[in-house]
Amino acid sequence: MTGSLISVPLGTTMRAVQHLMREKAITGVPVVLNKRLLGIVSMDDIIQALDFGYINDPVEQHMTTNLILLEEDMPVSFAINYFDRYRYHRFPVLNRHKELVGIVTTRDISTRLLWEINHEVENLERMNQSTRITDGLSRDVQTFSIMKHDFENAGFASTEIKKKLKLNKIFPRTIRRAAIASYELEMNIVVHSNGGHITAEFGPDEVTITSKDNGPGILNVDHAMEEGFSTANEWIRSLGFGAGMGLPNVRSVSDDFSITSDAEGTTVVSTIRFSDREIKQQAEEDVQHD
Amino acid sequence: MISIEQLFSHLGYKKFSEGDLQKTITTGYTSDLLSDVMGNADEGSVLITIQAHKNTIAVASLVGMPAIILCNGRTPTEDMIGAAKEEGIAILATSESQFTASYKVAKLLALV
Repeated sequence: MTGSLISVPLGTTMRAVQHLMREKAITGVPVVLNKRLLGIVSMDDIIQALDFGYINDPVEQHMTTNLILLEEDMPVSFAINYFDRYRYHRFPVLNRHKELVGIVTTRDISTRLLWEINHEVENLERMNQSTRITDGLSRDVQTFSIMKHDFENAGFASTEIKKKLKLNKIFPRTIRRAAIASYELEMNIVVHSNGGHITAEFGPDEVTITSKDNGPGILNVDHAMEEGFSTANEWIRSLGFGAGMGLPNVRSVSDDFSITSDAEGTTVVSTIRFSDREIKQQAEEDVQHD
Repeated sequence: MISIEQLFSHLGYKKFSEGDLQKTITTGYTSDLLSDVMGNADEGSVLITIQAHKNTIAVASLVGMPAIILCNGRTPTEDMIGAAKEEGIAILATSESQFTASYKVAKLLALV
C-alpha cells in the first residue's frame, strides 16, 4: 500500500487535479474531508472533463463516488481478488474508523508478492529445521511456526499432529479431539495474533498441545472463553471463522486446559489423554502383531 | 450408505474434484462455520456449505469427510481444487440452496 497519500479537499477544480496528476505522475487522486474519503478523481474523469468542457468545475461534481474499498487489515489475497473482480487499477484503503489511510495499486501488489516469496522461502527453511526434536525422554516433540493471516497454510500443524497419532494407532475419537484442539489453536494464531508456534509433545499416555503467540494478548480471557464471543472482523467471519467457538471447543475436548494472556502473548496448553480403553486396545493389537 | 460415485451420478452436480469414488458417505453436515464443522460433524459425512476456499478442505480432511457440496452457485478457488485433489476429497457444486442440497442428500441416504 502507498501510505503517503496525495489527496485534494472539496472545492478543488478538476483542472488543479489534472496538474497534480501530471506533476506527481499518478493516475488517481482521492477527495478527502477530515480523513473521510468522499470520492476519487481518475484519469478517465479528467479526460471526460476535458472532452465535455467542465475542467474548471469543482471535483465534487464529477468525481467517482461509487467506490470499492479495502480494509486495512485484509490480506493481500483479498486485494488480488478485488483487482480480478472489479477491473479497477487502484483501491482506497480505510482503517477501522473508516478513515482513508492509503491506496493499493497493482504495482504495490507485485512488489509485496516478491517480498512474500522471499519471506516464505526463509520460513520454510526455518520450519524444516524445527519440525522434529526428540528430547531423549521418549517424548517426540513437533514444533510448527504459524504466521499471522496465513490462511494459505492453515491446518498444516493439525494435519501433521493427526498423522502422527494415526501412525501410533491412537483411538480415532482421541485423534479427533487432538485435531479439534490443534486446529482451533492454529486458527487462533492465524486469525488473532502476530504469529506464533504450535508445539505437540507426544508421551506414552497423552499428547500435550501448546500454542504460544507473540501478542497482542487477549483483553478479557473470560469473555474469550464464552461461546459465541469473538473479536474477529467481517472479512474473517466471511471465511467461516470467528464464530466464537474456538477456545470453548478446545476446552471441551481437553482433559487438562490452561490459558494465560498478556500483551506479550497468549499461551494455551491442552492435554489430551489416551483413555485406558484405547491403550488396552493398542496393547492387544501389538501382541497380535508380535 | 452410498459411494461418492453414486453421489455424483444421483445429484448431477458439477464435479470439480473426483475424490475417492469408492469411499462411502453415511450422513451429511450443513454449516458455514468451520469451527462448528470441526467440532460437530461426523466422520464419513458430506459437507454442505458455501465456504468455497482452501480452509474448508483442511477441515474436511481433519474430520474425515470424503466429499463437499458447494451451494448457491459458489465455485471453488483454484487452490481449493488443488488441495482437494491432493487430499482425495470430492467437490461438487450446484446453484441450489443448502436446504435443497441437504434434503436431496438425506433422501439419497434414506434418512428421511
